[in-house]
Amino acid sequence: MSTSLSFDPVRLPAQCETLRAEVRAFLTQEISAGTFDPHHPGHGDSYNRDFSRRVGAKGWIGMTWPKPYGGHERSQLERYVVTEEFRVANAPANFHFVADRQSGPILLKYAPEHIKKEILPRICRGELCFAIGMSEPGSGSDLFAAKTKATKADGGWRINGSKVWTTSAQVADYMIALFRTSPSTKENRRHGLTQFLVNMKAPGITVNPIYQMTGKPSFNEVVFADAFVPDDHVLGEIDGAWKQATSELAYERSGPERFLDTFYVLPELIRALGPEPDLRSAEGLGRLVAQLHTLRRMSVSVAGMLQAGKEPVVEGSIVKDLGTVWEQKLPARVRELSAFLKPELLNHTALEDQLAYATVIAPKLTIQGGTTEILRGIIARGLGLR
Amino acid sequence: MPGEKDHIVAETAARIFADLADPQTVNRANNGAWKEPLWQTLSDAGLTLAWVPENLGGAGASLPEGFAILGVAGRFALAVPLAETLAAGWLLAQAGLEAPAAPMTIAPARPNDRITIGADGMLSGRATGVPFGRDCAHIAVLADDGKRKRIALVDVKDCRLNEGQNLAGDAANTVTFDRIKPTHTASAPAGFDATSLLLMGAAIRSVQTAGALEAILSLTVAYANERVAFERPIGKFQAVQQNLARLAGEVAAALAVSSSAADAIAQAKTFDEAVFLEAASAKIRTAEAAAEGSAIAHQVFGAIGFTQEHILHRFTLRLLAWRDDFGNESYWAAELGRRVAARGADEFWPLVASR
Repeated sequence: MSTSLSFDPVRLPAQCETLRAEVRAFLTQEISAGTFDPHHPGHGDSYNRDFSRRVGAKGWIGMTWPKPYGGHERSQLERYVVTEEFRVANAPANFHFVADRQSGPILLKYAPEHIKKEILPRICRGELCFAIGMSEPGSGSDLFAAKTKATKADGGWRINGSKVWTTSAQVADYMIALFRTSPSTKENRRHGLTQFLVNMKAPGITVNPIYQMTGKPSFNEVVFADAFVPDDHVLGEIDGAWKQATSELAYERSGPERFLDTFYVLPELIRALGPEPDLRSAEGLGRLVAQLHTLRRMSVSVAGMLQAGKEPVVEGSIVKDLGTVWEQKLPARVRELSAFLKPELLNHTALEDQLAYATVIAPKLTIQGGTTEILRGIIARGLGLR
Repeated sequence: MPGEKDHIVAETAARIFADLADPQTVNRANNGAWKEPLWQTLSDAGLTLAWVPENLGGAGASLPEGFAILGVAGRFALAVPLAETLAAGWLLAQAGLEAPAAPMTIAPARPNDRITIGADGMLSGRATGVPFGRDCAHIAVLADDGKRKRIALVDVKDCRLNEGQNLAGDAANTVTFDRIKPTHTASAPAGFDATSLLLMGAAIRSVQTAGALEAILSLTVAYANERVAFERPIGKFQAVQQNLARLAGEVAAALAVSSSAADAIAQAKTFDEAVFLEAASAKIRTAEAAAEGSAIAHQVFGAIGFTQEHILHRFTLRLLAWRDDFGNESYWAAELGRRVAARGADEFWPLVASR
């Protein structure tokens, strides 16, 4: 453990810029076809099966995975460009995004060969949506307190219990979930959990919507009543999921989606301020630009390290900590900076609508995918403090 | 990306600083007697004129090598005009002027100061907050002749200097050029202006700031692991851990943005829009990190960190002082904000994502 942090100035290579132009052209075409409205933040947070299939057809899902599994063997930096352009355009990527970011990589590492051959190409084609089964009524940040049980049965496992706050469960084809296969031990409280691939269409699984404070049913409760999972759907070591959980974190935590979730309010503010803002607005805007630029440089740098085969867990956690705190504060800063604008401005309504959306979703940004407190604990461990 | 050669130069610098400018030793010394042998050794090693090409009397090191030296200098909270001499040598080289072998600084060092050069070749004007002015023999000056920019070398003894100092007690002087005759002058290259010099200064201070922040992170984590309170090391308390994690975040941000700015300047042919975004952002964000980071470090150290005897202030006071050099964060934020606004909303993301 050390206090030495690494953030080399990674630049995107030339092929990334060719790709960026292709991505922008594709998104422009989708926008003019009416698939989504780039000024509508809600569209970036929605599911569109057909759109995901077209993205898959472009080769932009599973970009870094091996070709035998439908992947395209492109670089982390190329994937980075696609992710950030989609996010900035508010493109509806929810259907495939989780599978692309983390479920696929877990399957690549831990699933048996025939499962990889069967499922990964379908993810790449944009046909499959994945959910993540972590939190339970009695366990959130404390992942290893999970109680939902997998009991050994003939040829597989019987699952009983429930998961909560599960995003995408209402549309998901599969879930990668943590279930208890043994009690924890005195020596290791993290022992006893196993990672499973769950077919969401299997009997014994009920999905109940939970409405978020945004008014949308994006959360779910997923109830398992004797649901059957076959043996070949066990991912990795039985009782040893805790060993598998950390290495993917850098992928999950350092991407552009960790600071661009409320980005849309910033160009809208620039539009509202006009070409000659007053001093207060100019300074406020300049600081936000500098902070955003810094986050992007950090995030690209981590992508470069991932590409180089490193596992920058601490650096990745730092990006998510700083990035989510920033994107959470962004609507509040933009609200202050737009406080004295005249309501008859052309885009005033657009700005107000976007601000309202961003303000309401802001609280979740520092909770989902690892709370600020958990991230800072990981960083502290990396510094050698625990 | 730092190459192997940058590391070699940086390691040489680190060895010299460890031998002759160790913060603990320097802090105990009640005079500046350590400065002379340090400077001599740096000069002998070719580090003081790193950015001066060999044909102009320097060591001909690359921009990344020079920035690597300055990152290490930041880690030692170095209190001699090494960064300023590097910058001065670089400025003189822009005009093809040779660099003298003595400590130098540059002017102007703040955004609103202007120095003019008359038809008779005499310099007039005033530069505030010139870092280490009193400790230097020469000043490399960017002056305006009404049409174009000229670069001049002047002797400090020809100028009028006040007694100013920065928060850390390092000289920072108002220099008055009262019809001063420079020892040498030459035209600045086309397109090189006051903003170019300020951007270079901003990048330099950002790199030093990131280095000093790295040092306080390592000092503070070590202290938190040693210092026992309530029967355990204070680093075991979650409240302290959360603060240290925040400090690490500020250090990370400063490192990322400053090394990116340094790299951008090293790769760029001119000080264009992309360099402006990089260097201005670096100065803004590292200044914010300096304020946040120093406050956290002091909080962890408690009373001992607030003493003269402890070395923490050597880092934190310089971190805070450097915010004011070559444009403070508010200045750069307003300038950057204006430029972004002038480009318009649709050109904003393409600028951010340009590399």
